[in-house]
Amino acid sequence: MPAAALPESACRIFVYSMNAASRAPAIIPAMRAKLMSLFLLGLIRFLTGAQARWYGCPPKAEQRIYFANHQSHADLVMIWAALPHELRGITRPIAAKDYWTKTPFKQWITTAVFNAVYVERERTGDEDPLQPLFDALEHGDSLIIFPEGTRGNAEEPQPFKAGLYNLTCKFPEVVLVPAWINNVQRVMPKGEVVPVPILCSVTFGAPIRLEPGEERRAFLDRARLAVMALRDV
Amino acid sequence: MNQFLRNLTAEQQVSALFIIVFGLLFIASATVFMLSLRERGESVQADLVRGRLDEVRALLRTSWAMTIVFWVGWASGERVATTLFAIVAFFALREFITLSPTRRGDHRSLVLAFFVVLPIQFWLVATAHFDLFTVFIPVYVFLAIPVVSALADDPARFLERNAKLQWGIMVCVYGMSHVPALLLLQFPKWGNKGAFLVFFLVFVVQTGTLVQHLVSRRWPRPPRAPNVSQSFNWTSWSVGVATGSVLGGVLSGITPFKPGQAMAMALIACVAGSMGHLVMKALKRDRGVPNWGAQGQSVTGASGLLDRVDALCFAAPVFFHSVRWYFGA
Repeated sequence: MPAAALPESACRIFVYSMNAASRAPAIIPAMRAKLMSLFLLGLIRFLTGAQARWYGCPPKAEQRIYFANHQSHADLVMIWAALPHELRGITRPIAAKDYWTKTPFKQWITTAVFNAVYVERERTGDEDPLQPLFDALEHGDSLIIFPEGTRGNAEEPQPFKAGLYNLTCKFPEVVLVPAWINNVQRVMPKGEVVPVPILCSVTFGAPIRLEPGEERRAFLDRARLAVMALRDV
Repeated sequence: MNQFLRNLTAEQQVSALFIIVFGLLFIASATVFMLSLRERGESVQADLVRGRLDEVRALLRTSWAMTIVFWVGWASGERVATTLFAIVAFFALREFITLSPTRRGDHRSLVLAFFVVLPIQFWLVATAHFDLFTVFIPVYVFLAIPVVSALADDPARFLERNAKLQWGIMVCVYGMSHVPALLLLQFPKWGNKGAFLVFFLVFVVQTGTLVQHLVSRRWPRPPRAPNVSQSFNWTSWSVGVATGSVLGGVLSGITPFKPGQAMAMALIACVAGSMGHLVMKALKRDRGVPNWGAQGQSVTGASGLLDRVDALCFAAPVFFHSVRWYFGA
């Protein structure tokens, strides 16, 4: 691809990273993050297999929003590990700000390793809580979101919150890929510290899109059904 | 030829064994590769042949992987071999637990099984604590696991959940740990050639299972237990077990046994292995799956390791104890 065809934002990142690499001390934190991500990948594969099953769409480097069921904190790591290496770099998970910035370690791991986007769970002030997501999408990144908002304990996912609808209204060209994360809640149930080795998989389904004139509730229910339909394929 | 082999040291004999096995595998792989090159067109017949070739290729891949594991285990010493089998047991147990219905209350018991019981059992093998290693799981673990589960305060289907967990530990950890234990058996006047015993056991059991499978395919008969297995019947079973035992008699040269004894040992191993395979089939039917990991399609993403090693897991403990008691090794 000729350089002229690169989007401006990509050039900016390239120049920025060149600068970062030329400063020697910056390499050490970067290496630490790289090592941590390799360690986490190894651990999660050893414990769960982290198998990705692509039904309905291939793994492809287009701008996407992956939306999935949410049962455990490990969901975030799981879907991150299941993505192929090429997509992992351009896909950013959403992390709840209050939980994931509580300790310096949690903050470091979500920023340096997962490159997460933080969102506020409670609306504070006038700013739209989705603003960081809009920024990331504008920037060209793909996102991983859990539209249930909180972790559920039930067999079926809870009703989806409106965030997914708002995102696709504003960015209709971004592809919406449903994903079902299987078994993770058995690896580490709420309140336990030691994970147990159980095979898990992430199933990616056929993309959905907002139909013209579709109501918000109807769309969110359809998205939830698209996720649940992947449970039995 | 035989004289020449006998004059080699134990080490050289085992190396020769591996060279022969790798050679056979290489010839088989090369033949399959040649066959796959032939032009066949698009008929139904050709598709059938292609399907068969794929099956053989999958079988060869497993054989290569297993032989390489054995070779690495032997070349790098007993400790490494034991560790390798511990890893295999870990993955097999992971597959088993994935398909068993566990609840939240089982979490601590599962942690115990994977991270305490499994390492201790294989450590007991590596340090040759044979007396403790044979009773550690049946006595101590089987009494400890229900206690941990009971403390989790969840009585729903308590017996069923505990039985499944204990059964998984029995097959995947206890059974599997007896394979490396064979490496450490010391026979008078035989030297340190435990690798031959492992080879003898694996080869005899796998041949028995394979022959049984082929016979029931070639000459189908009404199945004995159709709800569990569509292929199991006493005729093909007897043929498989008989072939395995005769092969055991032929292989007596590489074991510390006389031909008759070798045949009896092979018979015991084959019966235990084939029956174990049947039991595991019943467990799979109970869970409603055709394989522990159907090729690339299972929900769990299991690779089907347990399908390959289940016969061995049943044969190894029986074989180990028969050998130990009869020969006092």
